[in-house]
Parts: sequence; structure tokens; C-alpha cells
Amino acid sequence: MIPVGYVRASSLGAIPPMLAGDGHRLLGGGTNLVDLMRKGVERPSLLIDVTALPATIEEAADGGLVIGAAARNSAVAAHPLVRVRYPILSRAILSGASAQIRNMATVAGNLMQRTRCVYFNDVAGSRCNKRAPGSGCDAIGGFNRYHAILGASSACIATHPSDMCVALAALDARIRVDGPGGARTIPIGEFHRLPGDTPEIETALAPGEVIVAVEVPASPFAGRSTYRKVRDRASFAFALVSVAAGLTLDKERIADIRIAFGGVAPKPWRALQAEALLRGGPATSAAFEAAAAAELAHAEPLAGNAFKRELAKRSLSAILAELAGVSR
Amino acid sequence: MSRVQNVVVGSVRTALGWVPAQWLPGGTPDPLIERRAAIGRQASRLDGPQKVAGEARFAAEVAMDRLVYATLVHSPVTRGRITRLDTAAAEAAPGVTLVMTHRNMPRLGTLPLIGVSDLTAVGNSSLPIMQDGEIRYNGQVVALVLADTQEQADHAAGLIELDYAAETARTRFAEAKAGARTPASILIDKNHVSIGNAERELASAPYRVDYLYRTPGQNHNAIELHALTVAWQGEQLLVHDATQMVAASAAALAKLFGLKKDDVRVLSPFVGGGFGGKGLWDHQILAIAAARLAGRPVRLALSREGVYRIIGGRSPTEQRVAIAADAQGQFTALVHTGYSVMPPYGACPEQYTMGTRSLYRARSVEIVQRHIDLDIVPNTFMRAPGEAIGTFALESAVDELAHAMGVDPIELRLRNLPERHPISGAPFSQHALGQAYRDGAGRFGWERRKAEPGTRREGEWLIGLGCATGSFPYARMPGANVRLTLHADGTATVSCSAQEMGMGTATVQVQHAADRLGLPIDAITFEMGDSALPAAPMAGGSCQTASIAGAMAAAADKLIGELLRLAGNDTPLAGLRAGEVRFADAGIAGIAAPARHETFRSILARAGRETVSVTAAGSMPLEFLKFAMHSSSAIFCALRVSGVTGEVRVDRLLGSFDCGTILNPMTAASQFRGGMIMGLGLALTEETLFDERSGRIMNATLADYHVPAHLDVPEIDVMWTGIPDPRSPLGARGIGEIGITGVAAAVANAVFNATGKRVRELPITLDKLL
Ligand SMILES: Cc1cc2nc3c(=O)[nH]c(=O)nc-3n(C[C@H](O)[C@H](O)[C@H](O)COP(=O)(O)OP(=O)(O)OC[C@H]3O[C@@H](n4cnc5c(N)ncnc54)[C@H](O)[C@@H]3O)c2cc1C
Ligand code: SF4
Repeated sequence: MIPVGYVRASSLGAIPPMLAGDGHRLLGGGTNLVDLMRKGVERPSLLIDVTALPATIEEAADGGLVIGAAARNSAVAAHPLVRVRYPILSRAILSGASAQIRNMATVAGNLMQRTRCVYFNDVAGSRCNKRAPGSGCDAIGGFNRYHAILGASSACIATHPSDMCVALAALDARIRVDGPGGARTIPIGEFHRLPGDTPEIETALAPGEVIVAVEVPASPFAGRSTYRKVRDRASFAFALVSVAAGLTLDKERIADIRIAFGGVAPKPWRALQAEALLRGGPATSAAFEAAAAAELAHAEPLAGNAFKRELAKRSLSAILAELAGVSR
Repeated sequence: MSRVQNVVVGSVRTALGWVPAQWLPGGTPDPLIERRAAIGRQASRLDGPQKVAGEARFAAEVAMDRLVYATLVHSPVTRGRITRLDTAAAEAAPGVTLVMTHRNMPRLGTLPLIGVSDLTAVGNSSLPIMQDGEIRYNGQVVALVLADTQEQADHAAGLIELDYAAETARTRFAEAKAGARTPASILIDKNHVSIGNAERELASAPYRVDYLYRTPGQNHNAIELHALTVAWQGEQLLVHDATQMVAASAAALAKLFGLKKDDVRVLSPFVGGGFGGKGLWDHQILAIAAARLAGRPVRLALSREGVYRIIGGRSPTEQRVAIAADAQGQFTALVHTGYSVMPPYGACPEQYTMGTRSLYRARSVEIVQRHIDLDIVPNTFMRAPGEAIGTFALESAVDELAHAMGVDPIELRLRNLPERHPISGAPFSQHALGQAYRDGAGRFGWERRKAEPGTRREGEWLIGLGCATGSFPYARMPGANVRLTLHADGTATVSCSAQEMGMGTATVQVQHAADRLGLPIDAITFEMGDSALPAAPMAGGSCQTASIAGAMAAAADKLIGELLRLAGNDTPLAGLRAGEVRFADAGIAGIAAPARHETFRSILARAGRETVSVTAAGSMPLEFLKFAMHSSSAIFCALRVSGVTGEVRVDRLLGSFDCGTILNPMTAASQFRGGMIMGLGLALTEETLFDERSGRIMNATLADYHVPAHLDVPEIDVMWTGIPDPRSPLGARGIGEIGITGVAAAVANAVFNATGKRVRELPITLDKLL
């Protein structure tokens, strides 16, 4: 336990200067940050409560949605527009955490949540390059059931644990941020970063920047999209593998398609290769399996997570068959 | 346990073989078996309203003046020693009253280990507690901080600077097998049993299975964390503890701190779940020592991580089970051997072969357990230690054999039910597993099971049914005492030090006292959870109910004598002797002449007494040495396995129990269901991630250690034969632990039926089914 200051940010404009200090951090629902403070993983000196930022969910001019950074996860999942137009997002959020946590958690906090790697969480007993750069990675050769098979590096094999972000990746969401350099929008695909040699840098947020909103563009996939999460118990567990997918059909052919994986990579993993293989092609089980295999051909499994390659392939093939109405 | 002990227990058994059954306690069945009014009735828990209203005070909630709060610092090193220790910053931190390390910790001896020879021995570990700079397992406490608030203590704990010189630790199960020990006995049974030549029978049998089964370490996760609030008053020690062993803890603490027995008082009226984990561990000793050094009352509540670090869990095991059968399906060989962890400074032998010793008859038997030493916090008793995981191995193997033979697995079990105890040859006191199976199979719809695995499918889901036997021995503890007090207004108070861990102890014993004394339920008060009361044994081995019941029966006998004496000659009872009367209608009546009756009120009034009080101990529990006394169960499971992901979803569980008299259907059903839910965790989700590279537990949180969530738990149906055991008080055997046994095998067998895949390693996670 380390003494920490607490202030509430009353307006967006007030935040960047407050963030300038050493160890100053934003606080959403606190369901991740406060946990990590208790474990000593995070040691902020000042918490800036940003739950007073906009929490609205509004329709955009292009028919998409703009979701305020402070909107609670449960409010987003339950919103009628989200449920009708983006069932994939609603399902993804509802498959995460517990009702109590979703009631507290904010959209920005969910985007920024940190990995659940047990060595990352163990300050006293484990080495971790993400927590203490250069110290080593105890997950390699240790318990890595929940770790990445795609996009990892020799420095870090942790996964991004969010469900919501997987749906946002499939929906091509954009993250609106504001900061000392002014307002800008970051595509979700560029928001989370792969670890490389610097696993401590997890997002494209620049120092002093704050998430303001998430834009979800209009999507033609509402009718044929879903989220499936595979996990170690029926609820309240992180994904071993999850799939967010949506497609449109033109007779027997796939007109357009979006696929993202959770639980397999340091970021929500957009399956661009599988999408490219399938787009314009036949909606058949064989095509789905081939595309899934191609996407996972680059997987680099470890002892504890080797099963994920097969699990991800099967989950994707099954979900696409279901969406396309193809019997397997 | 020692060879000496084997000899002693063995000779008692031999001697008992000569004693006619009716000479033994329980030889004449308890009359209350026939005469039940309150017993057997559905009654909700007496402590329910208090719990719901938040009025039940738990150990960490007791208010005290000048209280200080404790935080522990754990070693991240597994073996080695402290080379630098700087507490200056912590001592200077705001609010801090004391930093205690091995430097200033009072010098104390070690705790005698829980065992069967000394009933005041309640230690789970005989390692020194903060007496030197040596580190013996990962998580060992190296410092304790006291401060005015919990936050200040937590903060200061982080300021203590420690360096260690690490040494090589023994942390790998597979490697340590080479140095395994073979103890002479497992609890009160001889460890190695060898009848006939099992290996030869195996080699020559027409049918056989021979496999290794593995179960992981697990941890207790009671909702209430281990906690105590403790105060010294001069040389007197008051401990509000969350413990399963009130009286014995007080005795052990007195010994350890060099106090008179009566100067230590342990209070523990409510315990928020124990499951075997709430015994005497380092944290109590440390808090008490710190309170003495600081001269202030101390509260210590472990964090969830703290529980994983310093409270042992269930040992991992590797078990071999081999069964051979002749053409008729009669077992010709039964082999159950294996390895579990038990460091020499621990107390729990994880008796996974116990069920095997009583469940089946076989021409040849080979049973032996081996103990592995690792540098760990010693493992301990966790709900149905032994049986919970032993039945997984045994009952999976029986299912495998049934499949190999093309015989229905229930039929195969029934063909091999023993008439007498297969090893000791003792007669069963009562045994109706066959009936439990038939009743359960009927209610469950077992006939709908397809014998050929992998043949029932609904969409992507493969459907399977499975069953397995559960087993738990009866025990009654010596050293159970109860005080009965009758008051002038005709009410009664039952007093003993036992605790309420949520199982309904008070509720059921009040029902018992009502029937025993011929009073209505609302005339009875039950005082408990206080070592100043007559000592009850620990709540363990599912024996608290029977042990207290036995003591209460003895006290009631004594009370009759006392009342007759008080009644004198000017009473309708005049001239009747103790054996000729019994309790009835709020008083005493002649057995042959029930009209000769006088109420307690009248007897006490005439004698001018406000109260009459007697204390008695239960008789020596010789019944379970003379008779084979075992509860058993038939567990049924229906589940689905995703053909895509391997996820398992349990749709239905049914437990059909043969556990003697059911004293209260509501509390019993809760015990059975709770046990079965824990069994689901054992089967599907629970596993302590012990990193063998470091010797450290990596998932010491409820986020990472998966107990079943609500959605994992289906409808659970429970039923029972309800046949009283003529050899036990009230005809009851324990029910607290049997619920968990058999469940993992029933699930594994259903998974096999669904998929054709046999998983021999728990938990059955989806990767094993891909
Ligand atoms: C037991 C448990 C189980 C869980 N299971 C799941 C699960 O299955 N699936 C899942 O997806 N999630 C799960 N979660 C994680 C949960 O979704 C996150 O904790 C939650 O979304 C975080 O939101 P928050 O508002 O509480 O964030 P906080 O904890 O407040 O903050 C998290 C991070 O976001 C930063 N932040 C907050 N607001 C902003 C902003 N406006 N701009 C920039 N940075 C900001 C904070 O500085 C901090 O670094 C689980 C959590 C727990 C505790
Ligand atoms: S996987 Fe990443 S987060 Fe986990 S220990 Fe290694 S470096 Fe740390």
C-alpha cells in the first residue's frame, strides 16, 4: 500500500495539465487500476477520476455511434442502439467479467486494461519485462495457458484480455483522444501495440493523452455477426480464445467479412489474412477451415497454450458456418 | 503415524473381536432412532436470521479498545536465508506500533502436529515460526507489522527491506518421487495392504485396466478469510479466532505460550467456512506473540493471497489403479498405489486409498501410499481429504473396466459389493449402497444412457451420462463433552465448545436435545464456540455431529440420575431406577408405566433449585473399530461437451446417499449440494498453479483460481436411503464431506460417455478434449 492522491476532473480541458506530473494516472471505474495498485504493480502518486467525462451514447451523422469514454460497460451493452445495430459488441461486453464489474467499468478503462499474466501480477516473486523492463519474462517456460500464440515477442507473450475490444476491432472502431498535441483519432487496429522489445508500451496514446470517446462506424454486419468466447468456466473467466465475426452474403458468396480474435495475441487480433481469403469467395465449410488454418499458420505456440491453435481454428470455422447458415 | 500406533490400533481391534456387540457403545441402538419428533424434520437454520441481518460477529469483526492491525510480509524465496533485514523505515512510518521479525519474535517451541494419539495436537506444521532467519517454503512469513489502521500496517509492510540468499529447493513432484517415503500407517490404518498376489492376478485375468490418474493441488477458498482478534489481559489470553478446533486450539496455545490451560480462551461462535483449512497455523501464533510484544490487542486478517501462501491446501497426487476381473465380472485384483506430497513437518497424509479399502471385494489387493517431500507450506485436510480424489481414480477405473467388459457400470459395481469389510473382515454396521444406486438410477433416468460412447449429439454438443461411487468413513471423536442445564422454568441449555461453520450444528443439536430431553425445540438454547465451555472435538472428519450427539446422550443419562435423586420420594417417580425411566413431555416418565411422570419444573421447584446441571463425555468411540462404518453414495451426472471447443457443461447432477439417519433434510441437502459443487470444481476447474521452477503458487486469487461460478452449477438433486445406523448415536453418520466424493469420477465418466475420450488428469479442461 502506497499513499496516493485523488482528484476529480471536472472537464476534459482540465485533464492534460493534471496528467503532466510524475505518476499521475487516470481513474475510471477502478476495477483494473485499483486491483493493480493493491498488488503493487501500479504505483501512481495521483489518481485523476475521469468518470465525469461524457458517458453518452449518441448516433453519429454516418449512422454509427459515438460512445463517451466514461460510459459504463453495462450501459453500452444494454443500450438499444447497440443491441440492434451491434449485437456483437453487446455480446462481447456481456461475456466479460461479472455484472458488478461491468457496472463499474468504463469504456476507456476497458480499452486500457492490462494483461492478466500471473507473473505480471506477482511483484514480489516474478520477473516481468512489462512491469520491470529488462528483468526477464517468467511466463516463458512457466504457466502460459492464457498467453499469446500470435504477435508475441521473446520479451513478452502476454495477451490483451478484453472482450469488448475484440468486437471493436471487428467493427473497425476509432478511438478519439485529446491531449497536449490536440485531438486526434486512432483506428482500433493501431491503438494497441505489439510488444516487440518494449512490452511496457502497450498503446499508441502519447504522454498526457486521454481517451474521450469511441466511434463505431455504421456496420452492414448487424444481422450476421456474433461473438463467441471460449473459457475455463461458464462465466467470470477470461477468454482462452474468443472470436468476433460478421459477414454479408451475396447469394452463396461472401460479400464482405470481418474477423477478430481475442485471447491469442497481445492485442485484439484482426484476422486480415483470413478475411482476404474469404472475401468474394464461397461460403463453405471448406473455405472457412482453410482460411482459419491460414490465419493460424503463423502461430507460435508454447507448452501451455499449444491447444489454442486448434481451438482458434475450430472456433472460427464454427462461428463462420453458423453466421453463413452452412451446415458443417 | 507410527508402527507402534499400528500395533495398538490392531490389538484394540483384535480384542474387540472378542467382545459381544451389545457390550460396545451403540450395541443397543440409540432409542431415539425409533423415537424421533424434532429429529428428521425440516428446520431452517437457527443462525439464519442473524446471518442475514449481519448480526453474527465473525472473528475479524470483534470490536476492542486500542486495537492495532497486523500485516504480514511473506518470503518470495523458497529455500534460503535472510541476509539483510532493515525495518527502520517501517518502524518510522505513521501509525506503526511494532515491526516483528525473527529478531524480536518471542522464542517459542513448535506445535505438535494433528494426529490420532494426542487430541490436543492441532498443528498443521511443526516448522519453527519466525524463530530464525531461515526460509523453508515460499510464502513463509518473515515479518509482521502492527499499526493503528490496516492501511498504515500495509504501507509499512512494504517499507521493510529484505535480502535473501536463495538455496536450491525441492519443488518438483516427478523428481522427488525417487526419494519417496512409505509410512507405516495412514491415519489409523495400516498403510500397506497386500492380500494374495495382485500383480499375478492382473497378468492372468481376462479383463483388466491399469492406469495412472493425476490430480492437482487445490486450495481452500472459504468466503471468510482466516482472521483473529486477540488480546492479552495480564497472563490471560483471549483469542477470537476463525477456527474449526476451538477447545484444542486453546489447549495448544496454552502449552505453546506456557500458560495455564484455563488462562487461554478461544472464541469462535461463527466460522465462515473452513473445509479443513481453519486449523492452527502460523498466523495465530504470530498475532498472539505480536499482541504480547506490543501490549495491545491485535487484529490479523489474512489476504486471499495470504491464505494461499501460508495455509496448506490439498496435495497433488499421482495414483495407479489397476483392476482385474474374471469372466463373470468379479474382481480378482484391486491395486491402488501412488504418491502425494507430505513433508515430514506436515500432518495430512492425503488418504486417497481409504475409499478403496472398503468399497469392493477382490480376491487380491495391493494398496500402498508413498509420501514425497517438497519444500512447501504443508498440505492439509481439505474437504474429504483422500476420498475426494481417491474416488476419482478408483471410480474412473471401474468405469473403464465396465466399458472394456461391455457391462453396465452400475451392474459391475453391484456385482462386487462386499458383504463385510474387504480388508478387516468386520461386519458393516449398515450398508445400503446397492439401494442408493437403484433409487438414484431410477430418479435420474440412467436407462437413457447409451452404452456406446460418443453416440448422442445435439447440434455441436455431445451428450453423456456417467455415475460413480462416493465414500466416506464414519468417525466419532473421543474427548467430546456436553453440559446439560435444566432451568426452573423448564427450559434447557446445551453447552459445548463446538463451532458453527455454516453446517447447521446448533440447529441440529437443538433438534436432538429436544427429542433427547422430551422438550419442544423452543425450550432449548445451544451455547457454543467458546473454549470455556465443555470441550468438543474439532469439526473435522465429518464427525462433529455424531461426537456431540454421543456426549449429549451420555449427559442425558447422567441427568436422569441427578433428577431422580432430586425428585426424592415425594414424586410419582418414587422407587423407579434410572434404567426404568426416560425423558418425556418436559419431564421424566416411567418406561413401563408412562403415567408415572413428573415435569422438570416440578422437580426443580420442589427441590428449590434454579438449575440442575451435568457434564458428561461421550463414551470411547469403539464402535467404529469393531464395525465397518462407512457412508457411501451414488453420484450421477449428465453433461454436454462441445464438439467444437471441448467445453464441458454439466446439465444435471444427482446424489443418492446412504449416510444413516438424516437429522434435518434442509441442512443435510445443503451439505450434500455444497459438497457436490466443490466436486464440480475438483472435476472441471480447480487447480493450484504451483510453479515447479520456483516453488511458488501463481494463482493466489479468486480471479485466477477457478471455483465454479453460478453458471457452472446445474440443478442438483439429492436423495438418501435414510436408513439409521444401529451403531451410532441417533443412527447418524457424518454428511459434511461425502458430497464431494465420487463427483469428479462421475463427471469424467460422463465425459467419456459423451466423447469416447478418457481424461485421467484433473481438472478436465477443454484442451484435454480437443
Ligand atoms: C475479476 C475480474 C474479471 C474480469 N473479467 C473480464 C473479462 O472476462 N473480460 C474483459 O474484457 N474484462 C474483464 N475484466 C476487466 C474489466 O473489463 C476491466 O477491469 C475494466 O474494463 C476496466 O475499466 P475501469 O473503468 O474500471 O478501468 P480502471 O481500472 O479505472 O482503469 C484502467 C486503466 O485505464 C486507464 N484509463 C481510464 N480512463 C481513461 C481515459 N479516459 N483515457 C485514458 N486512460 C484511461 C487508467 O489510467 C488505467 O490505466 C475483469 C476484471 C476483473 C477484476
Ligand atoms: S508475458 Fe509479458 S507480462 Fe507476462 S511475465 Fe512475460 S513480460 Fe511480463
